[in-house]
Amino acid sequence: MSNDVLILAEHLNNKVSDISFEMIGKAKELAGKFGGKAIAILMGSGVKSLAESLGADSVLYVDDPALTQFNPEAYSRALAAVIKDRVPRVVMMGNTSMGMDVGAWLSVSTGLPLIAYVNGLAVEGSTLVATSQIYGGKIQAEAIPNGESCIVSCLAGAFPVGAGLAPAQTVEQIASPVPLNDLKVKFVKLIEPEKGDVDITQQPILVSIGRGIGGQENIELAQELASALGCAVSSSRPITDAGWLPKTRQVGKSGLTVKPKIYLALGISGAPEHLEGMRGAELIIAVNTDAKAPIFDVAHYGATCDMLDLLPALTEKIKG
Amino acid sequence: MNIIVPIKQIPNLTDELEINGDGTNLDHDALQYVLNEFDEHAIEEAVLTKESASGTVTVIGVDTTGELDSVLHTALAKGADKVAKISGDFPRGTDSHTQAKLIADAIKGMSPDIVMTGVQAADDRDGQIGPMIAAHLGIPYVGVVTSVAAKDGKAVVHKEYAGGVMAEFEVTLPMVVGVQAAHQPPRYAPVSKIRQIAKTAKVDEISGGAPVGSGSSIRKMFKPESAGHAEMWDGDPAEVAEKIVAMIKEKGLLK
Repeated sequence: MSNDVLILAEHLNNKVSDISFEMIGKAKELAGKFGGKAIAILMGSGVKSLAESLGADSVLYVDDPALTQFNPEAYSRALAAVIKDRVPRVVMMGNTSMGMDVGAWLSVSTGLPLIAYVNGLAVEGSTLVATSQIYGGKIQAEAIPNGESCIVSCLAGAFPVGAGLAPAQTVEQIASPVPLNDLKVKFVKLIEPEKGDVDITQQPILVSIGRGIGGQENIELAQELASALGCAVSSSRPITDAGWLPKTRQVGKSGLTVKPKIYLALGISGAPEHLEGMRGAELIIAVNTDAKAPIFDVAHYGATCDMLDLLPALTEKIKG
Repeated sequence: MNIIVPIKQIPNLTDELEINGDGTNLDHDALQYVLNEFDEHAIEEAVLTKESASGTVTVIGVDTTGELDSVLHTALAKGADKVAKISGDFPRGTDSHTQAKLIADAIKGMSPDIVMTGVQAADDRDGQIGPMIAAHLGIPYVGVVTSVAAKDGKAVVHKEYAGGVMAEFEVTLPMVVGVQAAHQPPRYAPVSKIRQIAKTAKVDEISGGAPVGSGSSIRKMFKPESAGHAEMWDGDPAEVAEKIVAMIKEKGLLK
């Protein structure tokens, strides 16, 4: 076994995702303590320049036409072969749409433990200690792998991006270590989000609603407030899943990241996936009947009254 | 189309979660358990797929609470055709690696065309069961999926990335899908219907093998200390509204 830390870099539309740099920064710290190297792995086709932008100790660039776009089957098989070859101490990937497809599959197929939802990593002596954020952000669990090696999937935003932002020291280009011409999963196309009626990332104020809105018939109350303010209504995931608002209004991990001057979080509990998309707002005011809702940990001001009573009261005051 | 839906029970997150005496696990006995919400979407997507392409939907889970039957009865009321539970000495909070192995062993002989499960669960500390089941069965996995269209031995699935971008994949069946959201909101099953079904429902019982374990050990569980907390406003809605208006004016966003 080596003492190296491998990082699976992610990219989409010719851009490396921030989480890749976040993990690389952390990996350099861990590898330094283990006495190994932080080795970033970037898979793609004709994108060596992306590999060169990764500030790891070295970069392994796997170039194959089957890796042009993310493909869970191709990525998993190629990465399993790299792990078998390099026998790293730690494999890091994002607890993201891409990383989640790969990590748990690799855990079973390589026999390495997987620790998921990781937002803290440290080395004590020669032991990796990984902290997971579970149960909707309500609990932290600190764990150590039973063997010497393991896979960790890291939450976006868990580590600072800075230390990973540097030109790569060395880039080694290889073809896929396993044949990828018999894949059962075929990438067809990327579908860009539909242009909505409004762009919620450009609004100075967002009236953002969650499950507390109760039912579709109450959406109108939020719309009325938004039109009185001259701004837009956004929401957490359950509202767009229910079809009560278009997908273009969703804030969070699988929706949009917003940074308005004022974010009114009404009836939103504040799951980690939602917080990821709005914690950068200048001023956050949260209203939720549950005084213990995690949204209050990121909000600047809060109240526990019923949003359905607040909405008409607020609309009326603004209309003056 | 033979569709199998593995499900997981998790603690109700709106309850206060307490940690046990030695600080390494939740005090599970004090908690209410509910069906993982992503699994509700998986059941819905499976029933929608069956309705458009014909076939059968089998919902299966590891009974970690002794209360799985009621979850399975609800699944039948929502349109599942068959239900099964895996029984054995599997306590509440049994790790994902163990649940995935038990489910994979149980469904191996059922020749599924599509296995649909929730993309994640709030207690997946050692990872998500969907990709693990796929690895055990040696079939492909695509997760964070919001629509599935299956015909002629293939499925076209839409996978979500950040920022609303989606990727379309065409997959040769059989496969495992990790459902993020069904393409319609999960349907509601009236309690009276569930009660009616519970009287006659047959839950297949499968005896599970030995737990494989997560491969890691929790040495400490704790509640996160938040870096900060909102300054709370008391008062009735009119007073709170007054304060919000003042803030909006302060930011110069209201004349």
